[in-house]
Amino acid sequence: MLAKGMSARDEASATGGEGITRPSRPKPRVRLRMINTKVSRGGALFLGGLPFLFVAIAYLIASAQRLAVNPSDKLLPSPPQMWSAFLDLATVPDKRSGDLILWVDTYASLLRLFAGVGVATFAALSLGIAIGFIPRVRAFLLPFVTVVCVIPPLALLPILFIALGLGETAKITLIALGVAPVMVRDIANRVMELPSELVAKAQTLGGNSWTMILRLVLPQIMPRLITCVRLALGPAWLFLIAAEAIASTEGLGYRIFLVRRYLSMDVILPYVAWITLLAVITDWLLVRLSQAMSPWAHPVEAR
Amino acid sequence: MSRIVVHGLEKNYGDARVLERVNVTAEAGEFLSLVGASGCGKSTFLRILLGQEQQSSGVVIVGDGPIVPEPTPQRGIVFQRYSVFPHLTAIQNLLLVEDFRSGGPFGRVFGARRRKVRQEAEAMLERVGLAHARDLYPASLSGGMQQRLAIAQTLLGRPQILLLDEPFGALDPGIRVEMHDLLTELWTEHGMTVVMVTHDIGEAFKLGTRVLVFDKVRHDPQFPSAYGATITYDLKLDRKTRASSHHLAKVAAMVGTTRPDTAMATTAS
Ligand SMILES: Nc1ncnc2c1ncn2[C@@H]1O[C@H](COP(=O)(O)OP(=O)(O)OP(=O)(O)O)[C@@H](O)[C@H]1O
Ligand SMILES: [Mg+2]
Repeated sequence: MLAKGMSARDEASATGGEGITRPSRPKPRVRLRMINTKVSRGGALFLGGLPFLFVAIAYLIASAQRLAVNPSDKLLPSPPQMWSAFLDLATVPDKRSGDLILWVDTYASLLRLFAGVGVATFAALSLGIAIGFIPRVRAFLLPFVTVVCVIPPLALLPILFIALGLGETAKITLIALGVAPVMVRDIANRVMELPSELVAKAQTLGGNSWTMILRLVLPQIMPRLITCVRLALGPAWLFLIAAEAIASTEGLGYRIFLVRRYLSMDVILPYVAWITLLAVITDWLLVRLSQAMSPWAHPVEAR
Repeated sequence: MSRIVVHGLEKNYGDARVLERVNVTAEAGEFLSLVGASGCGKSTFLRILLGQEQQSSGVVIVGDGPIVPEPTPQRGIVFQRYSVFPHLTAIQNLLLVEDFRSGGPFGRVFGARRRKVRQEAEAMLERVGLAHARDLYPASLSGGMQQRLAIAQTLLGRPQILLLDEPFGALDPGIRVEMHDLLTELWTEHGMTVVMVTHDIGEAFKLGTRVLVFDKVRHDPQFPSAYGATITYDLKLDRKTRASSHHLAKVAAMVGTTRPDTAMATTAS
């Protein structure tokens, strides 16, 4: 075996040395498995932009075709039409109330959204840690929270409007009730998954239940809590718009459902884009917050 | 004050018996080396001594009375894995010891006290050779560095009983010898009782004052987990037995892992 291998190598080096018949070398570029191929920054930007571009172009073509047939068509307004409608709402005071409608709507909606999600986050933090860390609280509350998790929140909406009236309280409560149970459960699970070695070690260093919550549990679940909030914001927007659609006098969801009666796609589409933009910015801010608060959970990627 | 007495200890997980009929008495200041085949229950024994888990039956006395069924500052531990807090940098991991011990309801010491503690922590980092890694998170430390940090952290807690679960398993031979020296030094300094699990028989002979072998004596071919491991060999080490290749070979044969010649080299270092 060994001798054979050596002789083969000798042969190869001999022919190579004479420089007559060099065996054709394989190409230096290795074909990697699909899962191992890396994407450059520019490539990622390009690929990531493609779907947006595709949707935009498809819309532009469809809109242009419809408007060519019927210039007063309302279903697929052209970008200039949407932009002027949006600008009107953002800069021209409303004739009746004198308000700048876009900003009033945005302020009202964000206030409700953040109040609801804020309450839910606080509940997730306090209840989640208590359930996850203290067996007695777990025995007391976990079955209840598990059941509450499966109640469809929108089914509670009429109850909330009847019980709490049509004001802000009902809307904020809907958002909080809609997202809190899942967050509480997720945080509780996370706390229960903390390696028991770490908890035992903290106790050997003299930690008591309270100081361990402060110095071990809280910092360990902080990145997860922020992820939880990011995931909860999706459903939170849903509940917000649902609540505003039914009973409200201002708000982004209210406006969309109001102008729906007049088929004002030139307002609805920019509003949807605006909501999307707000959601994207919130998400980005939360990622930055997580990086700032828990640098240990976001190791620097090797370049 | 920090004797350990274990009598008739038994531990079951469901139907599987891991430990049975374990009897051992360790006087204060002894250094027990625990060896035994993988999976025979050494870590389980340590967890029971720590108070993280409870024995199924039998008596465990630590210090003056029966063991408190939860971990306390009396007993320090270095685990096989998850040995340091990943959310704290190296220095913060060491500061945490004093924060927990006397930080009050905030779990944090402040002011002049903190400056003093910081100096102590930095001296300790220096001692375990981690001064350069002061502000790194454990995720960016190698396994051996994490283990050294864990040992430093546990020693700062000044436990009366020190439990070590394969503390040097991930270290390269050079660092390992340094850590041996550090541990011996601190042990002579503080005189705590040490129980150390190791797979390295040479290390067991070099550091311990006693070597205990865990093994199964009873076997049921139909139901392998019917019987647990117990202490099959208990060797007091003095000058003569420590250097005796005969004893070393005997223990190595019982454990059936390490080759006696490499073990002999470790003991000599
Ligand atoms: N929580 C548990 N539930 C069920 N079985 C367990 C549990 N912990 C340990 N065991 C079993 O107990 C036995 C002993 O485990 P242990 O971790 O104590 O072994 P060990 O001697 O430390 O091994 P190693 O040298 O590989 O670390 C194993 O067979 C394991 O399967
Ligand atoms: Mg083990």
